[in-house]
Amino acid sequence: MSPRLVPARDDSVRRTDHPLTVTVDGEPVPGIAGQTLAGVLLAAGRTAWRTAGSGAPRGVFCGIGVCFDCLVTVNGERDVRACTRRAHDGDAVTTQSRRSGDPGDARAGERP
Amino acid sequence: MHRTRAVVLGAGIIGAACARELAVAGLDVLVLDRGGAAAATTAHGEGNILVSDKGPGPELDLALLSRRLWPEVLADIAARSAGRPPRPASDQAAPPATRAAEWEPKGGIVVATTAEGAEGLTRFAAGQRAAGVRAEAMDPHELRAAEPFVTDRHTAALHYPDDAQVQPSGAALVLLRDALAHGAELLTGHEVLGAVTRAGRLVAVRTARGPVGGDVFVNATGPWSGEVSARLGAPVDIRPRRGEILVTTPLPPTVFHKVYDADYVGAVGSADTGLQTSAVVEATRGGSILLGSSRRHAGFDDRLRPEVLSAVAATALRLFPALADVPVMRAYGGFRPYVPDHLPVIGADPRLAGLWHAGGHEGAGIGLSVGTARLLRELLLGDRPSLDADPFRVDRPAVLGTSDGARDTHAGSTGPPDSTGTPAQAGASGPAAVADPDQAAARNMTEEGA
Amino acid sequence: MRRRSVVVVGAGPAGLAAADTALAAGADVTLVDSAERPGGQYHRMLPDAYGARAPEAVQHGYRSFERRVRRVLDHPRCSWWAGAEVWALERRDPGGAAPAAPAPSCPPPKVHVLAPAPGGGPRRRHVLEPDALVLATGAHDRVLPFPGWDLPGVCTAGAAQALAKGERVVVGDRVVVAGTGPFLLPVAVSLLEAGSTVVEVVEAGARARVARGWLGRPWELGAQAGKAGELLALTGVLARHRVPYRFGRAVVAARGDGRVEEVVTAAVRADWSVVPGTERAAAVDVVCVGHGFTPRLELPVAAGCALRPGPRGTSEVYVDVDDDQATSSPGVYACGEITGVAGAPAARTEGALAGWLAAGGAPRAGAVRALRRRRDQGRAFARRLAHAHPVGAAWPGWLRPDTVVCRCEETDYATVCAAAQDPTATEARAAKLATRAGLGPCQGRVCGPTIAELRHRHGTGQPPAGPTDPGSHHRPLAQPIRLGELARPPAPPAPDRPDLAHLPPEESGS
Repeated sequence: MSPRLVPARDDSVRRTDHPLTVTVDGEPVPGIAGQTLAGVLLAAGRTAWRTAGSGAPRGVFCGIGVCFDCLVTVNGERDVRACTRRAHDGDAVTTQSRRSGDPGDARAGERP
Repeated sequence: MHRTRAVVLGAGIIGAACARELAVAGLDVLVLDRGGAAAATTAHGEGNILVSDKGPGPELDLALLSRRLWPEVLADIAARSAGRPPRPASDQAAPPATRAAEWEPKGGIVVATTAEGAEGLTRFAAGQRAAGVRAEAMDPHELRAAEPFVTDRHTAALHYPDDAQVQPSGAALVLLRDALAHGAELLTGHEVLGAVTRAGRLVAVRTARGPVGGDVFVNATGPWSGEVSARLGAPVDIRPRRGEILVTTPLPPTVFHKVYDADYVGAVGSADTGLQTSAVVEATRGGSILLGSSRRHAGFDDRLRPEVLSAVAATALRLFPALADVPVMRAYGGFRPYVPDHLPVIGADPRLAGLWHAGGHEGAGIGLSVGTARLLRELLLGDRPSLDADPFRVDRPAVLGTSDGARDTHAGSTGPPDSTGTPAQAGASGPAAVADPDQAAARNMTEEGA
Repeated sequence: MRRRSVVVVGAGPAGLAAADTALAAGADVTLVDSAERPGGQYHRMLPDAYGARAPEAVQHGYRSFERRVRRVLDHPRCSWWAGAEVWALERRDPGGAAPAAPAPSCPPPKVHVLAPAPGGGPRRRHVLEPDALVLATGAHDRVLPFPGWDLPGVCTAGAAQALAKGERVVVGDRVVVAGTGPFLLPVAVSLLEAGSTVVEVVEAGARARVARGWLGRPWELGAQAGKAGELLALTGVLARHRVPYRFGRAVVAARGDGRVEEVVTAAVRADWSVVPGTERAAAVDVVCVGHGFTPRLELPVAAGCALRPGPRGTSEVYVDVDDDQATSSPGVYACGEITGVAGAPAARTEGALAGWLAAGGAPRAGAVRALRRRRDQGRAFARRLAHAHPVGAAWPGWLRPDTVVCRCEETDYATVCAAAQDPTATEARAAKLATRAGLGPCQGRVCGPTIAELRHRHGTGQPPAGPTDPGSHHRPLAQPIRLGELARPPAPPAPDRPDLAHLPPEESGS
């Protein structure tokens, strides 16, 4: 276990969680309303989701929308910064790859 | 024995190609540039090597020569650097010396989306075929197979297998490095300020760092040719024509050829007099898609004009509606070297011995560079030219600024701060030879990017 | 007489203060920020959906901040554009390689904004034509590359802070916080508060130099004394949690299989050259790094504002402002970290001054004199911080030839050096196209200053750029814009206010 959400019962800010679920490459991932997609992915234990051209994994780096490392496709929209996009219940997140030949790169027939 | 010293002014792709051609021929070559190499017009274009957009005539002849030369030149460079005999360049596994050129003979596809466009395209292609251009009609299935994301609303499509693409700045550096390998010298940070003449002959150019002497001088300063030639006392009417390009984030393979819109879209964006946009869409090796292009006269004003970018985007989306959700991450603009009669200027300046010009290619300079350099070398050394160079001669009314209205759109030209030459209008006079230059432009089916 | 209209870009401490005083001076204000809530990176707010009943638990100065937010956002003359991005500025003055000095009466650039459409869907374009423009776009962490910095689990100090404060996500269990500058301290404290184990805080600067910078000549600090006290208090928190705060050490490598498992630190000399034999590895799952800040200069550069070199050397530039926070571009004011990094109080002071003067407030009012005095103290504090936390010139010593420098395009150090020494690639643009460094989706926001510094250091030709060349900050598109959004014409301005599309985005959609 590594990145995680501070449990609501221990949280000094005294928050109330409203659960939501997104899918990542078809797999359901739980989160809470208000989280960014990057927050949802990290709290679910995913530290990397994009693949660079060399095949190197990428996740959150700058966390504030500057570095574009955390790009994902959301509901068919490419190149969304996961660190600045709020998660919505039912969001379909697809991971991206710049390695040629990867499924995330040259998906046959998928519109860009 | 004294070798002829050729001083090439400008280290863009035309200067680089000329320097290489002259150095390979054994001349003592020096390349001067105000800034660094391959960073101005050359680095702000799309890298088009096109035959598809030119109707029969001298420019098409030059384009066909250049298209034949490009793979030969790249193969020669690869062979020289590897120390082996040349073999034809291949787009696969380019050797290190030429890899940066990103040569891709991917072919072009011109798409019409209206009935009139289809008719014009078909007629235009017939003329091109007669002039030796391969232009193959595509049926809707062939177009769909070749470009799955292109608009369904097309009325005609033509495949031009000989259209090709390079990364222009990289290609210029490949040519320049080969020139240096053949003994040429590069001096960056040297701005030409004026001429030193002796007995009516140009013997040196003055720079802020002192005079630079030579036997022949080749003005290859692109859109700055007008200014530089005026400083040298033999002005030619080459002006900047602004163009803008949009660059998307890297995408999965989406656009496979160079794809153009056959329907010339004039005067989009009512606030911009003279703005013209036409769709030019292509992928780069890095995965981005380049979207062009715009043309407008704005002098050297480099301000970003969001409405121009908007017009470029709208025009491109008509061709590729599927790209609507794709982010543009960068936009850049450049200045094309524009001549009112839309023909390059290649040859000796009859007004000033020792001065030669190689410029005025507007949006086609990347493609035409190697043919221009070959022709220049042949003319300069008195060899038999590969094609008739007369249409490109310097002393034609459009070049000498004597054609009707030649000056009226010359916006933003800043006069030379200092010149020993006479910047006054010189030489030939006579009636305008070109009836309507913009009609000449409109005859070009598509206009390539800056 | 028509009221003056002021557009403020950025709703962090500087921008909020600017909006506040511009309203007080009687102007119509449009406040634009890409986030959903005001506060910027400093007052990183929890989302409304969290229903937090005690947000002040993680917010420094929450009460006064909240008062100011309410005063500004509820003001009848303020239009608050949340989640809106300024993607371009369109200059009215002549451009060109050597533009003549624009007339002082020239209006500021048109502001091109992308705002959320009501009910979702593609964002709408809006064009604002204010009488004055206040830029308060802030800064992001600068991170120097090191082997392994592209592994998942290496993130900026700001990322850890944003996730902990902004959405209560901790980036890892065992964390090393490293780099240089006082910002490392609040980040480490945020991580502790959220439950991480902070293994150590590693400051590359020498202890004596840092202490002299923070605490020396206390009579000069003036209004900034509180900031110095805050830093001392944070070191106290570290001590209570028994977190070592080490000086004169730097992260020189991160290792792991697919993510960070181990971080290597080493002792560095004053110039950040590594002392051989001092390398030490520690098991971690996250490394948070920050080597100072890079100001977000896209918009100032697009507006044609002159820049000036920062106190830490030629690879860092800031917006040049005069005594009135006015830039060289007519009608354009700048405040906060784009003019120098001195923390939130100094940014607020600059913002208050900029907003008041941009709105046409009296320049010699008593309160303005006090603001100028405090602003000058803030500038002095920025210089102290810069001198206390310089980037040592020998840092590239920890790079290897295959260390990635440009994260987007994965250009390595050897390639950058080779291009810097290539006599045909003396122009930064030609080198960029040749190496691809800076051509990727981040457009050089992360690697730009590093590439500029490495080219300057290894270049054999002419110096690639003057000290205030906008070079790596020149991004005419300040934010990505989707083709469909770009292709649509802008939303028409409000009929009663042709100078300023004054309707908030939710009312302006059709």
